Amino acid sequence: MEILQKVLKSEKVEKMKTIHFKHQLKSRLSSIFIGIILIGLGYVVISPLLSVLSDTFKPLSDVYNPLIYLIPEHVTLDNLTWAMETLEYSRSMPLTALYCIGIMALQIMVASFIGYGFARYEFYGSNIVFGLVILTIVIPSQTIMVPLYMQFRYFFGSINMIDTYWPVILTTLTGVGLRSGLYIFIFRQFYKGLPGAIEEAALIDGAGPFRTYFTVMFPNAKPAIITVMLFSFVWQYNDVFFSGLFMKSMGLLPTRIVSLPSLLAYGLEIRDPNLVNLVLNAGIFAVIMPLIILYLFLQRYFMEGIERSGIVG
Amino acid sequence: MKMSLRHKKMITGLVFISPWIIGFICIFSYSLVKTVEYSLNKLIFTDTGGYELKFQGLQNFVYAFMEDPEFTRVLSESVVNMVIDVPLIIFFSLFIAIILNRDFRGRSMIRALFFLPVIMSSPAITDALAANLNNMMGGLSSSVSEVVNVEGLNVTALAMSLADFGMPLGLIEYIIGAVGRVYEIVSASGIQIIIFLAALQSISPALYEVADIEGATKYESFWKITFPMVSPLILTNVIYTIIDMYSRSEVVEMTQTIAFTEMNFGLSAAISIINTIVVGIILIVFGGMISKRVFYHY
Repeated sequence: MEILQKVLKSEKVEKMKTIHFKHQLKSRLSSIFIGIILIGLGYVVISPLLSVLSDTFKPLSDVYNPLIYLIPEHVTLDNLTWAMETLEYSRSMPLTALYCIGIMALQIMVASFIGYGFARYEFYGSNIVFGLVILTIVIPSQTIMVPLYMQFRYFFGSINMIDTYWPVILTTLTGVGLRSGLYIFIFRQFYKGLPGAIEEAALIDGAGPFRTYFTVMFPNAKPAIITVMLFSFVWQYNDVFFSGLFMKSMGLLPTRIVSLPSLLAYGLEIRDPNLVNLVLNAGIFAVIMPLIILYLFLQRYFMEGIERSGIVG
Repeated sequence: MKMSLRHKKMITGLVFISPWIIGFICIFSYSLVKTVEYSLNKLIFTDTGGYELKFQGLQNFVYAFMEDPEFTRVLSESVVNMVIDVPLIIFFSLFIAIILNRDFRGRSMIRALFFLPVIMSSPAITDALAANLNNMMGGLSSSVSEVVNVEGLNVTALAMSLADFGMPLGLIEYIIGAVGRVYEIVSASGIQIIIFLAALQSISPALYEVADIEGATKYESFWKITFPMVSPLILTNVIYTIIDMYSRSEVVEMTQTIAFTEMNFGLSAAISIINTIVVGIILIVFGGMISKRVFYHY
């Protein structure tokens, strides 16, 4: 009997070993499979960037060399210098950065203010009105592009605000700027999540609504502020729509990049399409670099921002 | 005048919201109304620097559909693109979010990588990047009929040789087309992936454990647990993706050129309205279809 039991046991053990091995094989294979997919897709995402990077430092001679794919043989800074010269980088970069930071600050202040109003104070039809805010998110500004332009061209009949900062300032100030609806939404969701006890405590201490907002609620909104800060800076920096519509000749980087090829042809008399391509990529590199550096450092906050924004659950 | 506390609160609320109300009425709605007005008129700039409107009725709309050489083509292209790309983007980002939800080394780096296109979303840059991508991919992402020979490997011919194995040509073309869209889809999925990730992380693991104990396979637990729990976000993402594609579509570019290069504001406004209505219909149809199937677990 004992011998029989021993034989049976060892068979079971063998079976379990094979099953275990199969499982391990399966999960290893699926990890490899997934790894391949991820690497492949990662390559898709990053390959344009690599191409831009390589073109930035590639001299024209290397373009005609069929052996060279990504890594240039002679590194040159000419493309970069030409691009930066034509873009007037040393002037337009700080200008664009300051402009984006300024608008970002404005967006935060205004969106928070308005979002707080929607979150805390209920009045007749407040939900309907908030639905209208959602409407401003859903209907992109491109739809109303023409009248928007006309409005600021003939502001109150005779003031021409085009090519000043005023159109963007006014639209942001009134909550209808670039993606403003989204920021209002984020702040509203955030303030709704704060406990009401904070305001009651402030009330007991004798603070009126505005004092409560500025000294108590707003400082508590750090996560939402960081989220809106990041996204509004990035989207403002990348924006060609508003800046192209209202401020074409103010020398902001986004608009300059769009016209770089023609500027190159006029200014530095660069007309060879291959060279234009190289210098254009160098220009793109110069424009994207600050964003990417920013992103590398703050990437975690971007993603946490979306998770906390209240869009999910 | 004595006001109850409730009334006082309501008025304070309105004060907080007031900047937005001004903006919405004076800028947004006003512009919407004006767009309709412009679309029904012809805009002429007077010599004194102002402008005046000449009533034209629906002529701008008729012109757009009947006479303009490009409009119907651009519009149908962008609608077809939307209908094809939106489901692909949603499935893709859900798939990637599920993969990225597991723990593995380098996970945050890969997440950062997929989110990168959102940072570089400037329209000025996307065109140039797409052109660069063509170079990198050896021409596969250009249109199917182009036979591009770049960097030594003629991929299209390679793919066509599949036809020798008996695969129907239409299917091959479809697959090549889909692969060519890969870049479009991947770069448009950044935010959706993050939203799905957050949704996946909010599913309580207890559900999966119970399913496992009860003997459900992974396939079943996906369709019975993951998919329903994520479905509200599918709706959110569909709406977001449609709007995103709308703001990047060729039709919008067309409105801009017509308005500012050809100075035909009336036609541009009409096109805007047509486009908005079409996208609105798509939104309502898709949104309605999905909204019925969404499972709300609270």
